Amino acid sequence: MKRYDLIVVGAGPAGLSASIEAAKRGLKVVVFDENSKPGGQLFKQIHKFFGSKEHKAKIRGFKIGEELLLDAAEAGVEVVLNAIVIGLFEEKEVTVKIEDKIYHFKADSVIIATGASENMVTFDGWTLPGVIGAGAAQTMMNLHGIMPGKKILMLGSGNVGLVVSYQLLQAGCEVVAICDASPRVGGYGVHASKVARCGVPFYMSNTIIKAEGTECVTGVTIGEVDSTWKIIPGTEKHFDVDTICLAVGLSPMSQLANMAGCDMEDNPKKAGLVPIVDEYGETSVAGIFAAGDVSGIEEASSAMIEGRITGIAVAYRLGFIDKQELEDKAKELEVALLSLRQGMFAPENRGKKIDKTEEGCDISENLLKKGYIAEEEIVRFPGFTRSNGTHPVIECTQNIPCNPCQDACSKKCIKIGDNITSLPSIDETKICSGCGQCVASCSGQAIFLVNEEYEVGYASITMPYEFLPLPIIGDKGVALDRSGHEVCEAEVVSIKTAPVFDKTNLLTIKVPIEMVDKARFFSAKADHRNEVKNGK
Amino acid sequence: MRIQEHPILGEPQKGRLIEFTHDGNAMQGFEGEPIAVALRAAGVMAHRHTKKYDKPRGIFCAIGRCTDCVMVVNGKANVRTCITSLEEGMTVETQYGVSAKKPENVPENKSESMSEDMSEIMPENKPENIPEKEGTV
Repeated sequence: MKRYDLIVVGAGPAGLSASIEAAKRGLKVVVFDENSKPGGQLFKQIHKFFGSKEHKAKIRGFKIGEELLLDAAEAGVEVVLNAIVIGLFEEKEVTVKIEDKIYHFKADSVIIATGASENMVTFDGWTLPGVIGAGAAQTMMNLHGIMPGKKILMLGSGNVGLVVSYQLLQAGCEVVAICDASPRVGGYGVHASKVARCGVPFYMSNTIIKAEGTECVTGVTIGEVDSTWKIIPGTEKHFDVDTICLAVGLSPMSQLANMAGCDMEDNPKKAGLVPIVDEYGETSVAGIFAAGDVSGIEEASSAMIEGRITGIAVAYRLGFIDKQELEDKAKELEVALLSLRQGMFAPENRGKKIDKTEEGCDISENLLKKGYIAEEEIVRFPGFTRSNGTHPVIECTQNIPCNPCQDACSKKCIKIGDNITSLPSIDETKICSGCGQCVASCSGQAIFLVNEEYEVGYASITMPYEFLPLPIIGDKGVALDRSGHEVCEAEVVSIKTAPVFDKTNLLTIKVPIEMVDKARFFSAKADHRNEVKNGK
Repeated sequence: MRIQEHPILGEPQKGRLIEFTHDGNAMQGFEGEPIAVALRAAGVMAHRHTKKYDKPRGIFCAIGRCTDCVMVVNGKANVRTCITSLEEGMTVETQYGVSAKKPENVPENKSESMSEDMSEIMPENKPENIPEKEGTV
């Protein structure tokens, strides 16, 4: 039986972060992971992360994964892959299945960082090939370079459903609709908006009645639910699809903690059965810790900080550092963790309907019902201003912990302040240089540069653009509004790409001045152009 | 179905193009990618048929957890194709129950992924002892 100071179960964001902190302080650490590659879900996450600098905001998930792997190698962490931990017993004995053999290991401390598994829902035909989890869609397109399907319906409007829908569009798939039994969009409004303006309709209070097909999915029928979640007859809608994607939440994978005899609680704020842990992630069994989604579903950013705190706590527990170092480091990290747990989407607000922002603005009801902000609503938010020359218009209307736009603006036009969840506002005394750094830095793709005086009778609008093929200057197409409907003809007048933008291209289109508050996306597609000509 | 160039990830990094067989038919895929990915690229949706009711199953979780995508690979049943790397010359077969052979006491459920040769050698069967109600598992 091989012995370690610390055994970590799971090489995702929490497990890797924990092992790096522990190994850096001299502990002999091994990480077991059942997958053939480390990193957990980070390598499937191709969007820019939210938060602030200390949370690695505006860095894409897979880049954070690469950084973690380098740090782990440098710290001397041993990562064993294709290794399934199947038991956690008394005296911290761990059994691991590697290929067809079971091995025994022992450690002075164990960190359980097993993450979460996807929830599923059942409906007629749900077992047909073509019904997949949202995680499967991410794995197929972002790890293996294949579209999961051509025409897809997404069930679930939480952040996973919204982010994966956007990724499906980026991979070249058509997303025919997002539906959700809930009456309100569950994820960030900015994630919903970037999907909606591409023309994806949202069907809230709708769920799947039936997946159609005999050998595989050929279509889907959805219907509206009443307040008791029953389908209202006559509301059925059919879509031709080859794939149905399920994004209906995650549950902590806490079986190992349960098996080890840790005190557990079924806590809806944490999305399921979790081990009860103290401020350092220690469970009721001394020396067994938990970090990341296994102790409550949150974002990868929080999981990494939790992991770091836990890794440091284990180092203290085993006598590798003194109490002072633990308390100093933990305090600093807890501040960072706390700032991620603020705002409308904080764990304590799960399931709660919030009517006003911290600033006292009525929230956008349209955003919650249809996935985009109505034109008459946007004007009441502090990121929306009018001024001469090029200036940012920030369509960020919910209090979420994120502030890269403030740091991005070298002219100090954008203000968030010290409270990371405050809505960005515009300092109209400062002059925008039109550099576009804010547009590329916004993880929610919610910032536009607007110039109402571009030419006589025309305005220009600069938007983030993360699709291929990249339009070129002179391309003519149509401008789409926030709902993805064509509103006018548009011409590409500038396209900027730069390493610092990290694949978020800045596309500038010219539109008639009266469309300046409407046009928010561009389509070069011929069918869109024809619809405008025919007056549709 | 394959993504040629991705706006964020660029061109997918793939191994060399190799040959394998699916239910006896020659197919191509990239060495080292999951078998399931090569099959998806070739349009194969059904990986197995359930033992009791002969219902098709395909990729569901894509991370080796759900076992819906298991097939008979190189003669070995229950291989999770979503996490097993494709190798040159592999024989990949639709799994019926736990074998590559369609059992004789289940009703015909025409499979798109089943080769014509296979269906020809299969005797016509009438449903026997099959309950009316369809299970999902």
